[in-house]
Amino acid sequence: MDYTLKDIKHIIIKKPLLLDSGKTLQDFPLAYETYGKLNESKNNAILVFHALTGDQFVTNTNPITKKEGWWSTAVGPGKAIDTNKYFVICANVLGGCMGSLGPKSINKETNKPYGLNFPFITIKDMVVAQESLLDHLGIKKLLSVLGGSMGGMQLLQFCTLYPEKSFSAVPIACTASHNAQQIALNELARQAIMADPQWKNGNYYDEQKFPKNGLAVARMAGHITYMSDSGLQERFGRKLHEKQNIEFSFDPDFQIESYLRHQGNVFVERFDANSYLYISRALDYFDLSKQFKNGLTEAFKNNKTRFLVISFSSDWLYPTKNSKEIVIALNASGANVAFAEIKTDKGHDAFLVDEPEFLKTIKSFLDSNFELFKNENRI
Amino acid sequence: MKIEFKIISNLIPNQARILDVGCGDGSLMQSLIQEKDIDARGIELEEENVKKCISKGLSVIEGNAENELDQFPDKSFDFVILSQTLQAFYNPENVLNHLLRIGKYVIVSIPNFGYWKVRTSLLFFGRMPVTKSLPNTWYNTPNLHMCTIKDFYEFCGDKNIKIEKIIGINDEKISSINRLNLEMKNLFSEVGIFLIS
Repeated sequence: MDYTLKDIKHIIIKKPLLLDSGKTLQDFPLAYETYGKLNESKNNAILVFHALTGDQFVTNTNPITKKEGWWSTAVGPGKAIDTNKYFVICANVLGGCMGSLGPKSINKETNKPYGLNFPFITIKDMVVAQESLLDHLGIKKLLSVLGGSMGGMQLLQFCTLYPEKSFSAVPIACTASHNAQQIALNELARQAIMADPQWKNGNYYDEQKFPKNGLAVARMAGHITYMSDSGLQERFGRKLHEKQNIEFSFDPDFQIESYLRHQGNVFVERFDANSYLYISRALDYFDLSKQFKNGLTEAFKNNKTRFLVISFSSDWLYPTKNSKEIVIALNASGANVAFAEIKTDKGHDAFLVDEPEFLKTIKSFLDSNFELFKNENRI
Repeated sequence: MKIEFKIISNLIPNQARILDVGCGDGSLMQSLIQEKDIDARGIELEEENVKKCISKGLSVIEGNAENELDQFPDKSFDFVILSQTLQAFYNPENVLNHLLRIGKYVIVSIPNFGYWKVRTSLLFFGRMPVTKSLPNTWYNTPNLHMCTIKDFYEFCGDKNIKIEKIIGINDEKISSINRLNLEMKNLFSEVGIFLIS
């Protein structure tokens, strides 16, 4: 997957960004994409935060991968997040591999890709970088921020750092603090990458031989956590892959095996292994409650943003109880919050697939909040 | 608007902060927002109702008031409303204590089991009553703890809960209830609305 930065919409962030890890970044690119038109009153802007392996190409055809955007089910003309009505913005996270500064970018000091010399980044660093984009686009206050999974975590961070910058917010299938199981699963993925001999301590860019096998295994493991037991059973069961009988081999006998291998193989074409390491680490370090002396309740104190927290009944990666912790903290701090658990067997992935109840809920929330936001502006 | 909603609305001053417990599809919240410019939150058990509320732009959380009221801080609302739901809880006393903790005032409405039609159903026909405000039969009713206006009046006395006002509804007619007319009103009111603190 080759592209040069000039093919991709981006801003150069000139202001020094002091990272949580202590290093400072300056004059670095942040890639982004927008959909729809910003209206005259500039009150129809929505910022979408992407998940671990997402990018700024939310909908339409991704110009780099030539695949459909990761949230095409939800974003587009006439869709739940209607680009005929709203101006949708999404940036590639810091540490990513779709134009924003990341481990595969050239380190100006050495003229070589960063690799493991890339500084450690956090969810907060990602969010601070993205905030610069609002100034660039001339947006004082967003109609809404939306994000699922890691996108939801960025959203929570955004709403605590910049409580005045968004009228409403929809954190989806996420958590305020990565727990032991979530860290464990990320560690499994990282170890798979690092165990690949091609990884070479992150110095694989020169030879054009990437740690594809390790990254594919990481993706396969990740993919299992995105689906539910019943969802998997219904879709694959024990169905065999292009054969009538089991073949007593380690080739994919079962459909679920070939499906996972396929997911792994297509992923390595578009994603950088070091980015996976750095971003998954940022997830593990995420603990919003630790940023405030009195925990999560203090995080949302005096926050006027109108929240809609959404979880999925069969999501075991970021289960409903994680979302409820957010709801409880919001209620305890007197914030404005709605919460719905969508009943589905599609697991964590439910926010990315065509899940009508979910899409209907975010559509009605956005549309009613757009009316409220317009009235607020009038007063 | 339902007569009960009108009475509740009259009890609430403009711009109050309210929590509607078991808010259903949010119609009460919505009319209070329109009429009284209140700041409203709701909690509702049924997913379908929650989605209806969200589509109306209401801040309603999906949850069970039986065990999820802890999250609201003391006196964080001016009024907490519990409309014809008290009898459906496993532990109504516990729920009520929470409501009194969360709200400066609590409005509780109860379908009155002392209503004459209810009494005659049992007395003359020997059957569990099915009326307009008690539409279910014994085997599918969500109501676990039925009580009368008089029961709730005495309960408040026993528990040192201050009764600010009681209003009875009978067939679209409303009347004020006090200690003196309690026996009569307990017989002729289909629904009782208590403002307590």
